[in-house]
Amino acid sequence: MMRIPLSALIGLFFTGLFFLSAIFAPWIAPYDPSAIIGDFWEPISWEHWLGTDNIGRDLLSRMIYGGRTTIFVAAAATVISFTLGTTLAFSAVVIGGWVDMVLSRFIDLIMSIPTLIFALVVLSVVPVTIPVLILVMGLLDLTRVFRLARAVSVDINVMDYVEAAKLRGEKTMWIVFREILPNALSPLVAELGLRFIFMVLFVSTLSFLGLGVQPPDADWGGIVKENKEGLIYGIPAAIVPGIAIAILAISVNLIADWVLSRTASLKGGRNG
Amino acid sequence: MIKLVIQRLALGCLLLLAASALIFFGIEILPGDAAQAVLGRSATAEALANLRAEMGLGRPAIVRYFEWLGGVVRGDLGVALTNGVDITSALADRFSKTLFLAFWAALISVPLAIFLGLLAVRFRDRWPDKMISAITLTLISVPEFIVGYVIMFFVAVKWQLLNPLSIVTANMGVFERLEAILLPVLVLTFVVLAQMMRMTRAAILNVMESAYIETAELKGLSRFEIIARHAFPNSIAPVVNVVMLNMAYLIVGVVVVEVVFNYPGMGQYLVDHVTKRDVPVVQAAGLIFAAVYILFNMFADIISILANPRLRHPK
Amino acid sequence: MADTLVDVRGLKIGARIFPPGEKPKDIEIVHGVDFTVEKGKVLGLIGESGAGKSTIGLSTLAYGRGGVELTGGEVFVNGRDILNLKGGDLRTFRGHEVTYVSQSAAASFNPAKKIMAQVTEACTKHNLCSKEEAEARAVTLFTKLGLPDPENIGNRYPHQVSGGQLQRCMTALALCPQPDLVIFDEPTTALDVTTQIDVLAAIKEAIRDTGVAALYITHDLAVVAQVSDHIMVLQHGRMVEYGTVDHIINTPSEPYTQALVSVRSNIHEEKPETGDVVLKVDGISARYSGLKFDVLKDVSVELEAGHTLAVVGESGSGKSTLARVITGLLPPHTGSIEFGGRTLSADLAGRTKEDLRELQMIYQMADVAMNPRQTIGTIIGRPLEFYFGLKGAEKHKRIVELLDEIEMGEGFIDRYPAELSGGQKQRVCIARALAAKPKLIICDEVTSALDPLVAEDILKLLLNLQKIENVSYLFITHDLATVKAIADSIAVMYQGELVRYGPKSKVLNPPFDDYTDLLLSSVPEMKLGWLEEVLAHRKMESAGN
Repeated sequence: MMRIPLSALIGLFFTGLFFLSAIFAPWIAPYDPSAIIGDFWEPISWEHWLGTDNIGRDLLSRMIYGGRTTIFVAAAATVISFTLGTTLAFSAVVIGGWVDMVLSRFIDLIMSIPTLIFALVVLSVVPVTIPVLILVMGLLDLTRVFRLARAVSVDINVMDYVEAAKLRGEKTMWIVFREILPNALSPLVAELGLRFIFMVLFVSTLSFLGLGVQPPDADWGGIVKENKEGLIYGIPAAIVPGIAIAILAISVNLIADWVLSRTASLKGGRNG
Repeated sequence: MIKLVIQRLALGCLLLLAASALIFFGIEILPGDAAQAVLGRSATAEALANLRAEMGLGRPAIVRYFEWLGGVVRGDLGVALTNGVDITSALADRFSKTLFLAFWAALISVPLAIFLGLLAVRFRDRWPDKMISAITLTLISVPEFIVGYVIMFFVAVKWQLLNPLSIVTANMGVFERLEAILLPVLVLTFVVLAQMMRMTRAAILNVMESAYIETAELKGLSRFEIIARHAFPNSIAPVVNVVMLNMAYLIVGVVVVEVVFNYPGMGQYLVDHVTKRDVPVVQAAGLIFAAVYILFNMFADIISILANPRLRHPK
Repeated sequence: MADTLVDVRGLKIGARIFPPGEKPKDIEIVHGVDFTVEKGKVLGLIGESGAGKSTIGLSTLAYGRGGVELTGGEVFVNGRDILNLKGGDLRTFRGHEVTYVSQSAAASFNPAKKIMAQVTEACTKHNLCSKEEAEARAVTLFTKLGLPDPENIGNRYPHQVSGGQLQRCMTALALCPQPDLVIFDEPTTALDVTTQIDVLAAIKEAIRDTGVAALYITHDLAVVAQVSDHIMVLQHGRMVEYGTVDHIINTPSEPYTQALVSVRSNIHEEKPETGDVVLKVDGISARYSGLKFDVLKDVSVELEAGHTLAVVGESGSGKSTLARVITGLLPPHTGSIEFGGRTLSADLAGRTKEDLRELQMIYQMADVAMNPRQTIGTIIGRPLEFYFGLKGAEKHKRIVELLDEIEMGEGFIDRYPAELSGGQKQRVCIARALAAKPKLIICDEVTSALDPLVAEDILKLLLNLQKIENVSYLFITHDLATVKAIADSIAVMYQGELVRYGPKSKVLNPPFDDYTDLLLSSVPEMKLGWLEEVLAHRKMESAGN
């Protein structure tokens, strides 16, 4: 029936691996992530698979817990940006008129300021805690979700089959949930993946700049910040989180590509 | 057409104004005021009151906004809360350093991206295209600071080719300066290259699939003539558009890269003062970044308008 | 064989297709076709979509479009095997010996360059003549093709001239290098019928004057009959019949050809008036927001129960706008609509469920008129559930009945629209409309996107259903053959106005007004010499005035 291409399988495997290790971090991590158990920047060994960090904590354990924070913050922010973004977009399209106008112009305005800069401005006055971080990231990013969801639903809204439903006398709810949503779902699901990657990169960048997750907690960006001095002495500990981010991002990208191509193929025929 | 350009210019100005208001009032409506932010939670009520008075927070926000905006227009961005330094002069020096960095990154990345984009189109769906696309996908998936550290780790530390940090002093010659910024320029190039190359490829492919390219092929024109005479004139606008959008992106990428290499530009200055919660500096720097971004986006749109033959030669 | 120009032997053409979720596979789309074209003669290639006619035409340029490959056979032009030409030889051949006119001149001209530069490009690039000579040739061709201001039209950009003019410029582009063969690929299909006749006449005259040979590709047998010496009928990548125009039109031997020849000649017998008026449109004027002029100007028509009113017009005539006004999608600023004895609310929101049920619509593009995520059963079942509250077995039974009525089986109930052919999709849309048991169905160009034989079946089905259900049709179309085949009364529209209206027998018979005369006489007829007759007649009339 459904054939999953190899690239998507690889993507699913690694994404699954990362999420599982995030969920089961306390059982998987070999050491307490905040316990100092050795010398600083010890090399890779059987006791410490990734060596130790700048003050002698087990790097693998910190990576597992850091991944947990990164994935949690990114996922939570994605949920916020997605639910709010799509809800606002669908309402704008269905209600139309000035509601659509005002919302769209306001979103344009927010998007005219680069997201990172906007986030920095906001974070200069509010206390940086994890809930605040999630909220700021989610709200800033909903602009992109709004634009995509609006574009997709505007395209569908002018289709003859939607007109046919309107002429039949169908209610707005039917049109949104039965006619528009099923056809908008695939591009939105693919976008969900891309937004999640963006959130991972975003929270890592903020933490790296010292404006994200605050010590003693650390996400992957924070681990880079902690270990960056080591680089000058030839210790690659700061690069490890980078590899993790890259693998996660590429895996999710591969899944998103697959979802999108499945959408495209649906237009041609349905015998997959 | 001129009407459209003027409309776009007006819209640009309007956006700038709105962005300034957003930056100013955005900070106003957020919980915790600037004084609280500077002094932290443990501040005494007296100290807070003093600082509030000093910052003029007692007066209505709208009045302070117009005072601030008036200052911005005159080139007066106020003084930093933390050390009382005049923001305009501090920023001017750093802004020129950032521009220096961005300029060289653009100079390398733009031709390279266009060349790689053309290469990918020329060998579409064959190994050079696939390889370029795999590498760019990887680059897009990694945050800028990681690209920075990976390059720093190998080029400067492992192979000892260059100095890992970019210290630029006033008495350096152009070549010394260039050598000093070579690493950050390299990183910035990588950061924008991937996106720009992908977009260039898509823009040119779009043109190459037009029916008039087939007409040219059926006229018996050579591959080169088709590209030079038919594809190129129609590709300029979309490609310039791509370049402009990525220049806007580059300006943001600079923030992170400056922090990685400890380069004393605008970006580092901004991040530094966000940490110190120095609101006037953050507002000023944020406004300048937003302005540059808005300007590049506006240029991109205006170039599309100017290059459209339907608008250039009305009926 | 001295004057054989093109000799195609055993031509096989393959393509690589990419079925979703499967490995790409190679299929054959042309299965061994032979034909010749003599110097100065015109061969018409005719067939329905998917017959491979464009692909065969382009093979004489040694060109395969978008992944299409010439997999077997030989193509000789001027005695040379062109499939083995390489590099510079191939380019010179393409620029000089064989040229191409596409269906869409608007897309085939480079928007950034002036027309003249593009028309003369092949001449100057292949050093066929000097630039001045090439421009002189172009002006001569512009004159010959009846373009206005032939001296200066070359200085314009493609978007600055009309569609019909640009199609003639494309012909000039093809003729400028003085080729031996020109391939015309549906050059008039995208044009309005009154524009088509002028372009057709211009092409025919240009072919005759320059003595060039041509391959004329089209799906419209009546058109090809006017310009060709010989005709080859194609179906599914195989030749069905080949012969002189006279033979193909007057004494076709193959059943498929016979069907193509007779397809558009059905005439529906007009039903007598009954006085039972279902729809009364009274003095409607309407405009789209943002436009400064009315797209409908004081239009009044009536339609009786069980009858068909055809609304005819070219693009911009306002015929589709009339449909939008009647459905309530575009409220008019003056005038009223009476339906089933009551006055309808001007906008959709004010209409009752009963109003909506009794007035159904069928669209031109069945593809986008059905939700691709719903099964055929859901699509047909929804109106049953919505208007009549049918559920479960009862609903299923009615769906099966409706599928029977449109001559499709129960087996389609769980299929998705993407799995159906064009004709089947349109049938499902008809069933969806019928499910509501309407008094009136608005049919908006419902057969225009279909191949002629499929379209004819749909028209027959509609007529049949009308007899059974006593439903009225408001039939919007640009095609007069369709009108003759289905209408009881006709409304002719031109630039938003009703120029002629009445029973079919009156509208289609003299005395005519100017526009109806022009429209009727522009429709190609399936007979030899029709084009000359019309042009001679028009010349006489204009001389008489």
